[in-house]
Amino acid sequence: MTIARTMLDKLWAAHEIVQREDGSSLLWVDRHLVHEGSHHAFAKLAARNLPVAEPALTFGVADHYVPTRNRLQITDATIARMINTLQSNTQQHGIEFMGLDDPRQGIVHVIGPEQGITLPGLLINCGDSHTSTHGAFGALAFGIGATEVAHVLATQTVWQKKPKSMRININGTLPFGVTAKDIALHWIAKLDNSGAQGHAIEYSGSVIKQLSMEARMTLCNMSIEGGARFGMIAPDNITFEYVKGRPYAPASAQWESAKQAWRQLTTDEGAPFDREIRIDSVDLAPTLTWGTSPDQAIAVDGYIPNPAAYDDAKAQTINSALEYMDLKAGQPIEGTPIDQIFLGSCTNARIEDIRSAAAVLKGKRVKVPGLVSPGSTAIKAQAEREGLDRIFIDAGLEWASSGCSSCVAMNGDTIGSGKRCASTTNRNFRGRQGRGSRTHLMSPIMVAAAALHGAIVDVRSLSLDEACV
Amino acid sequence: MNGWTAHTGMAVCLDVDNIDTDQIIPARFMSQPRVDGYADFLMHDLRRDNKGTLRPDFILNQHPNASVLLAGKNFGSGSSREAAVYALLDSGIQVVIAQSFGDIFASNAINNGVLPALVSADDWQTLHSSCTTPQLDCKVDLNTSTVNMSDTSIPFVIDETWRLKLINGWDDTDLTKEYQSQIDTFRARRFEANTWAWPTASD
Repeated sequence: MTIARTMLDKLWAAHEIVQREDGSSLLWVDRHLVHEGSHHAFAKLAARNLPVAEPALTFGVADHYVPTRNRLQITDATIARMINTLQSNTQQHGIEFMGLDDPRQGIVHVIGPEQGITLPGLLINCGDSHTSTHGAFGALAFGIGATEVAHVLATQTVWQKKPKSMRININGTLPFGVTAKDIALHWIAKLDNSGAQGHAIEYSGSVIKQLSMEARMTLCNMSIEGGARFGMIAPDNITFEYVKGRPYAPASAQWESAKQAWRQLTTDEGAPFDREIRIDSVDLAPTLTWGTSPDQAIAVDGYIPNPAAYDDAKAQTINSALEYMDLKAGQPIEGTPIDQIFLGSCTNARIEDIRSAAAVLKGKRVKVPGLVSPGSTAIKAQAEREGLDRIFIDAGLEWASSGCSSCVAMNGDTIGSGKRCASTTNRNFRGRQGRGSRTHLMSPIMVAAAALHGAIVDVRSLSLDEACV
Repeated sequence: MNGWTAHTGMAVCLDVDNIDTDQIIPARFMSQPRVDGYADFLMHDLRRDNKGTLRPDFILNQHPNASVLLAGKNFGSGSSREAAVYALLDSGIQVVIAQSFGDIFASNAINNGVLPALVSADDWQTLHSSCTTPQLDCKVDLNTSTVNMSDTSIPFVIDETWRLKLINGWDDTDLTKEYQSQIDTFRARRFEANTWAWPTASD
């Protein structure tokens, strides 16, 4: 009898070169993605005069610092230096580089899948915590720090102890107005922001099987916000349809054997998980954050928590978040006025996200300003072919180029101090979008609805064609 | 990287949960080359007001020589930025004690010789009681995996590999060299058995 194995077990075994006595595994890295933030790692390599072990398995893209407006004439010297440094580091080591004038440029976790660099069954590393996004394809994908980036560059391997396994089962059918973003915020609020620390999450169940690749990426992307370095979903026909024909994906001669290998990755019936979580889709609603941590999230028809109902430590955390966010305990979150919106990031700026927000905004005018930054240059071009850019522009929003933009605010796209932003991003940390900025995380349709009302509003209350969202 | 077995220094308490890496070092400072030093960036927006003046009530401003930080839960969550560890290290912080850490932060800390010392909730409370005023002679011992201050000795949990890495100052890139032949064998086998795993050539 063979032992039933999880997808994590299979992916781990397929990449384990050796396991030391202490339990640490040396894993083979199939793809390594680098961005401007990799300058520390390249400097470490230069200090030791080491070459990059596998330039053909390494891909560079400019995203974290890139301007979203007037980007071909960069006036900020620091930003220009960061992009030039990545370009010269990649060129020096013979690494493919996607710069500002490259039609493939975009956010690293968007372009990896888009270009077919990301595939099921691979181990993918990047010096960014949202690398878990790629796990949506049935890949072992996790974020690493600069020392580890240097190690991967030098050896194409990474030391790692196998995490514990956690399965989040979501069964049923997604209710109207509920998206992958809402599933993510729901489970993170339920388990708290460190609830999945030390675990690799596999998302499964009938809801997951029905999700598009874009939605699966959103869900896996947010895994780290609940503390998990890994998030993954079993590859299926939806995955294969997405991957097929992409530039770096297996060519036709290898396609069938690749697909056959990928089908084997699925968790075996009866394989044990260290932890199992069950979520019933009827409990899901459009969800958003009220506080300064992604687990401080509630359904849009819910109430801002009252610290009096919690123990001292928790009450202190809630009070502190309420003070920063300038919100009152016990009040409904719906109706809270906002100053601006941001639609972008590796979490929610794929074509489906842009389309769904456009469907909400079509033919209407927004009450607050905002920025729309598609996840990649290719998505921007596609949206423009579909005429979606006109919908945003006519509604009164700014249509910009692709990059990490206001999600991490390194490129100058900051939210002002004290300003409240409805945002499709992944982190509502203090100062994340700029010092003193106040972020409410929500789905693209909720952000679009908030833009129309100038306030947080339940997207389900808008009269929409259900097919649009 | 130099190894260490025991560290004695001033311990202070920052009793705030969820100090994420964005708070440890705001993103706008991360373009600086490491050689320039990251000390001034440590918890910049918590330490300074909008004009850039140090807040007198912030614990690390009152005690800039502290080297052991007793921190709240989920310290270092969020972004994988190793710069968060550079900011701690360049400010002289050698040890952070907490009930939980962000996974990536903990790895990054180890790779830079900084100890993320994991303690139980009860032990954290005991340390917290001792740490209401700065403890000048807090001794952290990697041989015994203990934090010692004001006559109490508290055990901390650390992965054995990580403990040895800190003690020996090991660098993974050096260690991995020993496995080069296994890596070469694995690589050859992986791409023979799984040709699809190699990226299709760009045209």
